[in-house]
Amino acid sequence: MRWLSDPLLVVEHLTMRFGGLVAVNDLSFQVGRGDITALIGPNGAGKTTVFNCVTGFYKPTEGRLALARAGAVDRDAIEALTRSSARQAQSGAAELFLLERMPGHLIAHQAKVARTFQNIRLFQGMTVLENIMVAHHNLLMRASGMTVLGLLGAPHYRATEAWAVERAKYWLDKIGLLDRADDPAGELPYGAQRRLEIARAMCTDPVLLCLDEPAAGLNPRESLELNALLNTIRDEHGVSILLIEHDMSVVMQISDHVVVLDYGTKISDGTPVEVRNDPKVIAAYLGVADEEELAHVEAEIHA
Amino acid sequence: MDASADSKGGAYVFKEAMIAALITLALCTPIIMFRTEADQNTSKLELIFRLTPVLVFMALAFAGRLVVLALRMRPARVKAVPSVAPPSGIRAFFTYVIGPLGLLFLFAYPVIVVWWLGPSGALKWMDSYGIQILIYVMLGWGLNIVVGLAGLLDLGYVAFYAVGAYAYTLLATGFGLSFWICLPIAGVLAALWGMILGFPVLRLRGDYLAIVTLAFGEIIRTILINWTAFSGGTAGISSIPKITFFGLVFADRENSFDEYFGMDYSPIHGKLFLYYVILGLALITNLVTLRLRRLPIGRAWEALREDEIACRSLGINTTTTKLTAFALGAFFAGLAGSFFAVRQGFVSPESFTFNESATILAIVVLGGMGSQIGVALAAVALIGGFEMLRELGWLKTFMVDYFGMTNFDPAQYRGLLFGLAMVVMMVVRPRGFVSTRSPSIFLTRRTAVSGDLVKEGHG
Amino acid sequence: MDQFLQQLINGLTLGSIYGLIAIGYTMVFGIIGMINFAHGDVFMLSAFIAVIVFLFLTQWLHIGFIPLALLVVLIAGMVLTSVWNWTIERIAYRPLRGSFRLAPLISAIGMSTFLSNFVQVAQGPRNKPIPPMFNQIIHIDYAGHSVSIQYRQVVIMAVTAVLLFAFWWLVQRTNLGRAQRACEQDRKMAALIGVDVDRTISITFVIGAALAAVAGAMYVLQYGVVSFSDGFLPGVKAFTAAVLGGIGSLPGAVLGGLMIGLIETLWQMIPTQGVPEYKDVAAFSILAITLIFMPSGLLGRPEIEKV
Repeated sequence: MRWLSDPLLVVEHLTMRFGGLVAVNDLSFQVGRGDITALIGPNGAGKTTVFNCVTGFYKPTEGRLALARAGAVDRDAIEALTRSSARQAQSGAAELFLLERMPGHLIAHQAKVARTFQNIRLFQGMTVLENIMVAHHNLLMRASGMTVLGLLGAPHYRATEAWAVERAKYWLDKIGLLDRADDPAGELPYGAQRRLEIARAMCTDPVLLCLDEPAAGLNPRESLELNALLNTIRDEHGVSILLIEHDMSVVMQISDHVVVLDYGTKISDGTPVEVRNDPKVIAAYLGVADEEELAHVEAEIHA
Repeated sequence: MDASADSKGGAYVFKEAMIAALITLALCTPIIMFRTEADQNTSKLELIFRLTPVLVFMALAFAGRLVVLALRMRPARVKAVPSVAPPSGIRAFFTYVIGPLGLLFLFAYPVIVVWWLGPSGALKWMDSYGIQILIYVMLGWGLNIVVGLAGLLDLGYVAFYAVGAYAYTLLATGFGLSFWICLPIAGVLAALWGMILGFPVLRLRGDYLAIVTLAFGEIIRTILINWTAFSGGTAGISSIPKITFFGLVFADRENSFDEYFGMDYSPIHGKLFLYYVILGLALITNLVTLRLRRLPIGRAWEALREDEIACRSLGINTTTTKLTAFALGAFFAGLAGSFFAVRQGFVSPESFTFNESATILAIVVLGGMGSQIGVALAAVALIGGFEMLRELGWLKTFMVDYFGMTNFDPAQYRGLLFGLAMVVMMVVRPRGFVSTRSPSIFLTRRTAVSGDLVKEGHG
Repeated sequence: MDQFLQQLINGLTLGSIYGLIAIGYTMVFGIIGMINFAHGDVFMLSAFIAVIVFLFLTQWLHIGFIPLALLVVLIAGMVLTSVWNWTIERIAYRPLRGSFRLAPLISAIGMSTFLSNFVQVAQGPRNKPIPPMFNQIIHIDYAGHSVSIQYRQVVIMAVTAVLLFAFWWLVQRTNLGRAQRACEQDRKMAALIGVDVDRTISITFVIGAALAAVAGAMYVLQYGVVSFSDGFLPGVKAFTAAVLGGIGSLPGAVLGGLMIGLIETLWQMIPTQGVPEYKDVAAFSILAITLIFMPSGLLGRPEIEKV
């Protein structure tokens, strides 16, 4: 129940409208620090829209998205920050951010929320290594003295770049792509592209990693590898994970906390065990309850 | 449909060729078939019928179609199975052989030309070929930052070239500042204009960016034409101070470069100096670009060209990243513009038309987006080729002697052939001369990235 | 006030010419996503064709009945210009389809250079004037205001309106229009369900050329003179109009054309010395401002960024 006792991200009354269409309706949930949180729901439930709001690609119509980067969330501090016009505040050890007030690149850069995309967005014409180097952009920009020192070949920049390359090697080794570091990203097989996208996101030093259907299109073996990778990210790097997933076996195996959406509203929220026994969830997934199919789905969930 | 041409035989080929000839007839009607000529007394237009050129074109189309179909009928070559090894041979050739050799040639070029043709014979080869081509090489490299690396389609690049040219002109004629002081000022002014324009429009989608930059180029030109007090209007500004060598002028008088070094005056000295100045400027552009590609900002430009949304998700401020590319491209155009003014000694809005922007863009695309050597080669091919078309005196003599075409002037076909060459080059090599991308960093081996994977940016 | 109304009519005349050219840009852009830079020069070429055909009719065939001559000029111009644009698409753009996006753009710029130089070589660099036609003037006096309209302006607006409706009907109501819209949405999918993509694109170029030919004839009728360099500026203005109206939208192109025409002529009324010369600056600035605040143009579909 870390999402209640020590939340990293607090989403409150999130609403997103496109013209007349309400994609997300008054959604509130919390993401626990150090948890793997799964956001599930039928197609069109508004999961990706929630992601886009959290990562700043959409500006929510209404609602608050508060992220406490380090230290515990302080309710009063959030309220105080909301009343001010600022987008971030320091309260004790905690750095508070109101994501709905920040442009996308600052959410990644300052609030440290990284993400991947449902349809993979790698820099296809750049090599695997270059893809990861781009993720070090802000770090290297600072080291290169906003390019000026780098242009002159300052030793500090060279050292930082070498460090970034080392870290790239670490991650490439983790995802099993070290020997393909110099190949164009667009030439990698699908599963490898998904892993590379995760590694690239990790190189921005996130506190929260948002994965949009990371297991889509993976074969069972790759799916298992992905589970292991996500566990490593959480356990060894202390990064919390928020993921959208359709593959129930992945969701049930690795997540600590599951939030279920249907038609833009939350219908269930709890541990995987609680959620899979929730009749509302089963109904949402099946539409009209058909005994035979219900049994089939239940079998799948329990598998 | 064409693959099965051989099975259809002669009748099919003949029919196709006939269709081509008939289409040509339609194309020639009436634009070639009748020439409009103003009557000398009444200045009323009259039509003059001419059949010969129409028949010639029809025959050419007929024969051309026959040849094309005949070529297609030959048994198709079996395409070689693509090798697993990366196609780095050509790339390596360009990088490690053409590059240094070309550089050597550029430095030796004036020496070769003067040695071969003598000081006066070399003038033209220094000016219309050497200096002229190098200006476009520099402009091509500058625009390559914007279009080739950052993937932003800029159709108004010439505006910054104009800003640079007029900046030097006005500072030199108005305040008597020397070229070497004005040069960086002109560059900075152009970069500033780049930012002023870029800031509001860089959020636009690619195609809109193209049309707004084009509009901006036209706006600058219109202002230069109409604001006579400022720019001298269509007449332009002449007698711009010439370039100096540490204060020494290149002229046949006291205190000149020639006198100081105890040489007889020769106009080639000035030209040689100009040549090495523009060579230096162009090489600086190249060097800076090559270094930037290996820095985070350069990688961010290329990443932006590949996928802007992914860039934002990685914390890259896309607006400032685009702006730096835009400003830097403008900066180099400003430098080139101020060199243009000092070399020409005369500026007028005529030199900054959309055609210039289009030519520079064509150089970048034809070179192969992002490739420095490709851009240089494309500038040589396009600008050198265009200048070469002036050298068609022999053709005129030939036509007059053998066909009695007394009013035939090959020079007037320059633009026509230039346009046609652009089309043909694109059809033959749509990805330009160098179609692979060289990675900016590598762990164990440098693999060339195939052009098919590289995106061309959203604009 | 009277002068304002007068200029309003002049602006609408000019605007309908821009609108006709703009349709060619907007349709080609909609279907293959390419800025067809040669389109302005196709328009210029069509104006030359109109001049020559007109001279042929009046001088060689001695047709004295001007409306008949105009009709023949229109039809001949539309047919011949269509052949040109069809050939251009076939030679310069089709081989580049599906390749790198900037390649057809450069090819089009090359084609534009070729066309203007071709006309210059074939017809000489001088302006080509024709005798003015439809010179009668209609005076309208209403509520104390008096406006005079030239007959030819009425002809231009009427011809434009009729042809616009004809083509709009063609694109909206026929199979061809459906095929076009299918290709716009997804060319591969359209091909899969049996739309002949090559043919549809060819026809798009032909329609664009036909409307440009109407614009060319109207241009000659209105201004009585054409030169080989007259393709560029109207071309750019018309593209501006297409973008202003929302690229891909036919009514948008016409609306944009009318707006650009009006802005230009009304700007010239500003009495301050030296200001009227900046009419092009005004038109382009309004374009930039519109795009910054209304990125999909006046009638274009807004684009939701897909993440």
